[in-house]
Amino acid sequence: MSAESKIVEMMEEDHKPEHDGDRGLHYEENLLWEKEHSDSSGVDLPEPAGLKSRTGVAERGNIGLPQVSEPQALRHFVRMSTWNYSIDHGFFPLGSCTMKHNPRLNEKIARHPKFAHIHPMQPESTVQGALGLIYELQEWLAELTNLPGVCLSPAAGAHGELAGMMTIRRAHEQKGEIKKRKIVLTPDSSHGTNPATAVTCGFEVRNMPTKETGILTVEAFKEALYKTDPDGADVAGMMVTNPNTCGLFEKDIIEIANLLHKAGGYFYMDGANFNALVGKIRPGDFGVDVMHINLHKTFSTPHGGGGPGSGPICCTDELAQFMPVPTVVKIGDMYKLETIEDRPESVGRLKGYQGQFGMHVRALSYMLSHGADGLKRVSEDAVLNANYILRQLEGDYYAPYADQGPCMHEALLTDKHQKEHGVQTLDIAKALIEKGFHPMTVYFPLVLPGTMLIEPTETESKDSLDRFITVMKDIANEAETNENAADHFHSFPHSSPRRRLDEVKAARNPQLRWKPA
Amino acid sequence: MAETKYTEDHEAVYVDGDVAWVGITPYAQEALGDLVFVELPEVGKSLSKGDEFAVVESVKTAAEVYSPVDGEVVEANDNMPDDLELITKSLADGGWIAKIKMSDASQLDGLMDEAAYQDYLKTLD
Repeated sequence: MSAESKIVEMMEEDHKPEHDGDRGLHYEENLLWEKEHSDSSGVDLPEPAGLKSRTGVAERGNIGLPQVSEPQALRHFVRMSTWNYSIDHGFFPLGSCTMKHNPRLNEKIARHPKFAHIHPMQPESTVQGALGLIYELQEWLAELTNLPGVCLSPAAGAHGELAGMMTIRRAHEQKGEIKKRKIVLTPDSSHGTNPATAVTCGFEVRNMPTKETGILTVEAFKEALYKTDPDGADVAGMMVTNPNTCGLFEKDIIEIANLLHKAGGYFYMDGANFNALVGKIRPGDFGVDVMHINLHKTFSTPHGGGGPGSGPICCTDELAQFMPVPTVVKIGDMYKLETIEDRPESVGRLKGYQGQFGMHVRALSYMLSHGADGLKRVSEDAVLNANYILRQLEGDYYAPYADQGPCMHEALLTDKHQKEHGVQTLDIAKALIEKGFHPMTVYFPLVLPGTMLIEPTETESKDSLDRFITVMKDIANEAETNENAADHFHSFPHSSPRRRLDEVKAARNPQLRWKPA
Repeated sequence: MAETKYTEDHEAVYVDGDVAWVGITPYAQEALGDLVFVELPEVGKSLSKGDEFAVVESVKTAAEVYSPVDGEVVEANDNMPDDLELITKSLADGGWIAKIKMSDASQLDGLMDEAAYQDYLKTLD
C-alpha cells in the first residue's frame, strides 16, 4: 500500500460521522431534529386553557418541533456557521461574482442609529436625510454611467435585469411596436439570467456565437440582427455584458450599438462586471440604453449569504419615464419618493418601499470614502490583479484568449492541457480545496468546455495572489507528472469535513425533506 | 440497412423509414458528464430544422438539443427521465430522445456519416 493511499484510508477512518469527528475543536453537528431531546426548552409558555381555535381546530397535536435549551440552540447554529466559508476567511476568487472585501467603515455607517432605526413608513418629512442619501447615490450612479435615469429599488442583479427589460418592453409598447419586435439578442457567453429575463418578459432569445474570438463581432451581430428581417425590425433589443464573461472588453460595442439603434432596438447592458469600468469609461457613452449595477459587487456591499443584494438600474432620458417607481425626486429643498401618479408611464412598483436602504448607505459610504479618483484606481487594480494571474498561469493552463492582449477584471483558463492526463476542471477545483483555497467559478462561461473563471478583485495583496498562483502551478505540475494522475485527483479533497460529494446523485435523487430514520 | 447520421451540434440521427430517431452522440455525453435531467418535447409538436426540441442537463451545464430536420414529434422517450443511463445506449437500443416524422427526408443529405463525424471531431478542441 502506498503511503498516500494509507493516509487516505486513515483519513476516511478519521471522518466517520456521529461526533467521532469532533477533533481539534472542530465540531460535527447533527440536525436539530436528530439531537437527543430532553424536555428542556428555551421558552416556557403556559398551556392555553379553554381556548378554541378560530380556525375550528379544537386541539393542536404535537407538531414535533425540536426541544432544545437556549445554549443548545445557540451552539447548534454557531457550530454550523464554522463550516461556512467567506471572504473574511480568505481569498475567494469566484469569477463573475466579485467576492471582494467589504470595508468595515461601510458597516459602521450603516449601523448608525439614525440610519438603522428609521422605519420605511415614517412620514417623509422625518426621513429627509435618508431620502437625501438615496438621491445622492442616484446622482453618483448617473454620473458614473452617464445614464441620467436611476431607479434604486431592484433587490438584486437579476431583479435589475427584469426591471430593465420591462422598461424596454414598455418603450416598445408605447411606440406600438411590441407585437412585431419579439426577439432579444444575447451572446452565447452571457449570464444565464439574460436569456431567462428576456423570456420572462415575453421575448424570444436569439444566440450570437462568440467562441472563436471571445468577443461579439460585428459580423456575428449583423447576422443575428438581420436574420429574419432585412432591417432588423423584429428585434426588440440585445442584452450584453461588458466586459463579458470571458473577461474581455467588447471592443466593437459602439459600432454594434449604432447598428442596433438604427434598427430600432434598445441596448441592455448587464452591469455585473461594471467594477472593471468604473471611472474609466461610461456605458452611456458606448450606446447603452439601460443597465443594472450590482451594488453588492461593484460597490462592495456584502453578498453571498451576507446580503441582501441590490441591483439599481440606470437608463437614458428617453427610457427614464418607463422605469419602475419609486425614485427619489428633489422638489425645492425637499426630497420625496415618487409614486405611480407622479410617473404614470412607469412599469410600476417592483419592490416594497425604496429598496435595500442599508445597501444604499454602504454603497454611498464606499463611493465617498474612495472619491472619484479612488474608484478609478479600484478598477485599475482589479484589472491589474487579473492580468497578473493570467500571465503567471498561461504557461500552465490553456488560456484561450490570452494572445488577444490583456484581460479585464477576470482571467479565463480551461482544463484542456490537464484533460490529457485525465484531470478535469472539477478535479482541479477539489484539489484547490485540499490545498486551502476556495475554488474559482467552474464550467462557466459555457462558450468553451472546462472553463475556470478567476476574479481576484482589487482587494487581494500580491502576497495572496502569489500563494494562489503557486498552488495552481503545483496542481498543474501534479496533473502532468503523477503517473496515476486521474485517480490521484479524483480522491480530492482529503482534509475537508466531507470528501468528494456525489453531485450527480444529489441532483438525481434530492432529499428535500428530512424524515426520521 | 439504416444508417446513423450526425450533426455539427452532436445530435445523432437514426433513420427508420420517414421517421428520424434523435439522440446525442457519445462525444456530447462525455462533454456534458452524467445527466441529471432531460426535458422531452410534446408529441405532436411541429419542428423546423434547427428548432430546440429537448434539453439535457448535467451537474456542469444544460444543453439544448436541436431538430436536424423539419417534421413532427411522433414519440418522446418517456422512459428516459426516470432512467437517464438510457442516453448512453445506441439509438436503436433506447438511446433516442424523440422520434420525428420527417416532412423532407432530403434534409438528411446535409448531415455527416460516421466517418465524416469522426473527422469533424478531430477538428474540435
